Amino acid sequence: MSENKKDSFMLGGHEFTSRFILGSGKYSLELIDAAVKEAKAQIVTLALRRANEGGVANILDYIPKGVTLLPNTSGARNADEAVRIARLSREICQSDFVKIEVIHDSKYLLPDNYETAKAVEILAKEGFVVMPYMYPDLNAARDMANAGAACIMPLAAPIGSNKGVCTKEFIQILIDEIDLPIIVDAGIGRPSQACEVMEMGAAAVMANTGIATAGNIPMMAAAFRQAIEAGREAYLSGLGRVKEKGASASSPLTGFLNE
Amino acid sequence: MITLTVNGKKRELDAEMTVQEFLLSQQYHPGQVAVELNEAIIAKSDYETVSLKQGDVLEVLTFMGGGCR
Repeated sequence: MSENKKDSFMLGGHEFTSRFILGSGKYSLELIDAAVKEAKAQIVTLALRRANEGGVANILDYIPKGVTLLPNTSGARNADEAVRIARLSREICQSDFVKIEVIHDSKYLLPDNYETAKAVEILAKEGFVVMPYMYPDLNAARDMANAGAACIMPLAAPIGSNKGVCTKEFIQILIDEIDLPIIVDAGIGRPSQACEVMEMGAAAVMANTGIATAGNIPMMAAAFRQAIEAGREAYLSGLGRVKEKGASASSPLTGFLNE
Repeated sequence: MITLTVNGKKRELDAEMTVQEFLLSQQYHPGQVAVELNEAIIAKSDYETVSLKQGDVLEVLTFMGGGCR
């Protein structure tokens, strides 16, 4: 992509050029700054928890200035709890962005689309930029879009599994049918998998564990960033066609030496 | 002496104090926390005027690292 041609996307009236949203879990605080910078992430997710007393180090001191904070509602088991966490989070970061996570399945950590859609409706009416994390189901995604979601965040695989794009066909349906940015979240473990969903037309990728559990965290953050950029450019280019049967030579089939 | 519940634990304070005074006494950074008093969010602009009283239930929350869950 040439420097003077900006390829951006919008979330709730805010423009972003980075298509890599970074989760901030599982890192030592010292590595977050380097990971965000190597990722060139403009959005970083955070979780709300009870604060410890005694002036302990806070993650807010380690996230580079200018980055948009995206609180998530992790820990919420229903819509009401998600709404409560969203409102509290807004008090700290003074921004309207919120990622809805409603999970009451402790084994697979799969999101509850029904409760998530209810939370989207309440929070969108309160002026939040609502980004729902969801199981990739077209009907639920439509409900969330109609309720005022700013994007849809389908999971690729169970959270933290690094298993890749297990839900590929269903994410493609969302990309094709939902007129909002589709941001693929959860389960993306490798740069190649991030590239794959960007080639499919995803607006952005969110990743955390794939980077946080890598051997060299800043280097992996850079690798993901490059893969996401490559996938985006491939999508914008229009992928070459697939020939289902036979082959197609890429050099002329005439003028051989032995003719 | 008043007794409160702070983040799920019983706490005793020598006297009533404002939310702001409590936060600073416990070395919380007021700019980095959200406060819920008896299940109602206290706006930052009210930290210096809202007082903690006997039996209050206080939650002091902040951000931690987190992608999902």
